[in-house]
Amino acid sequence: MSHAFRLFWTGWLFNVKNLTTSGFFILNATISPIFFATIAHYMFESGGRAGSLLYASLGAGMMGIWSSVLFGSGGLIQWQRWQGTLEYVIGVPPRLILVVLPMTVATASIGLYSIASTLLWGRVIFGLPLDFVHPGWFVVALLASIVSLGLLGLVLSSTFVLLRNANSLSNLLEYPVWLVTGLLISLSLLPGWTRPISWVLAPTWGIKAIRAAALGGDAVTPVVLCLVLGLLYAVAGHFTLGYFEVRARKSATLALR
Amino acid sequence: MNSVRIFFVGGYLAYRALFNWIHWSMYIPTMLGGPIFQILFFAYVGRYAGLRSDEFFLVGNAVAICSLGGIFGMAMTIGGERWTQTLSSILVTPANRLALFLGRALPNIANGVIVSAVGFTVGYVLLDVSLPASAIPGIALIVVVASFACTAFGTLIGAFGLRGRDIFFFANLMIFVFLLFCGVNVPVDALPAWMQDIGRVLPLTHGIEAAREVADGASLGDVSDLVLTEAAIGLFYAALAYSLLRLFEIDGRRRASFETM
Repeated sequence: MSHAFRLFWTGWLFNVKNLTTSGFFILNATISPIFFATIAHYMFESGGRAGSLLYASLGAGMMGIWSSVLFGSGGLIQWQRWQGTLEYVIGVPPRLILVVLPMTVATASIGLYSIASTLLWGRVIFGLPLDFVHPGWFVVALLASIVSLGLLGLVLSSTFVLLRNANSLSNLLEYPVWLVTGLLISLSLLPGWTRPISWVLAPTWGIKAIRAAALGGDAVTPVVLCLVLGLLYAVAGHFTLGYFEVRARKSATLALR
Repeated sequence: MNSVRIFFVGGYLAYRALFNWIHWSMYIPTMLGGPIFQILFFAYVGRYAGLRSDEFFLVGNAVAICSLGGIFGMAMTIGGERWTQTLSSILVTPANRLALFLGRALPNIANGVIVSAVGFTVGYVLLDVSLPASAIPGIALIVVVASFACTAFGTLIGAFGLRGRDIFFFANLMIFVFLLFCGVNVPVDALPAWMQDIGRVLPLTHGIEAAREVADGASLGDVSDLVLTEAAIGLFYAALAYSLLRLFEIDGRRRASFETM
């Protein structure tokens, strides 16, 4: 158990540091959320929703977390392949899931920069008061979101790799998930058929929990649902990663693009 | 005659070889799918904000997405020569530099127009929009001009690719800058004055304004000032890009740094 924890901690820390040095991830995690928060702020202010600055900041921050997971975890195995480290990731004695999990959770953790940057932006530029209704639950909601999105990343990493151009799927899925999980809008605006899609995506519950903790409301239920989804992603990720590993070993295509 | 051949054939070959997203499995999700969802996303945020009609967001975003091809395409087809270690081979030739570099812009301008046309079509079908048929030729012309201006700006970014290491960072950044400063989703007059000033010297701002007026029933003659300003901005960036390309070429020869990363 302590061995698995040490492996997780070391892998997580290494990957957080590694991603922090990447211009692409810094752009996605810190700069682009600020742009989207600013756009949303001016849209809300010019429309009929003045005073929605905190709503926009939190939503844009969660958008950054999703982007980090989508591009970081979705392209994780492919990047290991390009770097020539995939063989080591697969070949080491610990189980593959224990090696990959800290990497995907690290991509979600980088998203913390997003929330931090949009809140700081709101505070410094627009004087946004950061007095959350349930500050303790805000931290819990944020951690639950990071963990469940990291576990969703586990599924993405092992399914996207089966596609030749995983990056294209990442480019495609950024906006629709922002839309269908209600990061900047109310889900009631969307057609009814999108509801089940929203329910199975962790950002839906993550942003509900974060907003409830910050603005007031029930944060407990969405936190629990977020964690339950995370468990389901972990189970799914266990099987999809196993499938990828067996398939790659059988066909000896580990290093091939 | 040789320069004309370099302009068309060289530009076409560079596009085929270096535009990494040209394969349909990359092109459709990235150049068509993503931008369509961008239109839908902002239309729904606009509905939630109670800001403007779907038409405002369709026209703004469908014109804006022509920048994707221009910005990323030129970053790939000029900056990409350095990554593929073919820059020296290109620059050792006596080919006309204007034809060599600007020839690469033509396929990207066309690509921008295609992306925008798909965005308009799908957005029109999925959103609550009624564009008069008489507005289509005018909007089409504006999209061509906007795509030219964005591609000229993309050439400028590509020029920095002869010197800088991570031009994709700037290419991505500029897409966000366009979204915020050019009135794509926020009316320009709702932005602070300094942001309006920046927006006025960027591609897209005047093109989007012209397209919105045409969609509202104005004739092309009514918006000719805006269209000409958009074209002039494009020409300015094209001239600046060409100057920088020549400057970095001369400097690259002097420092022998074409192949260093």
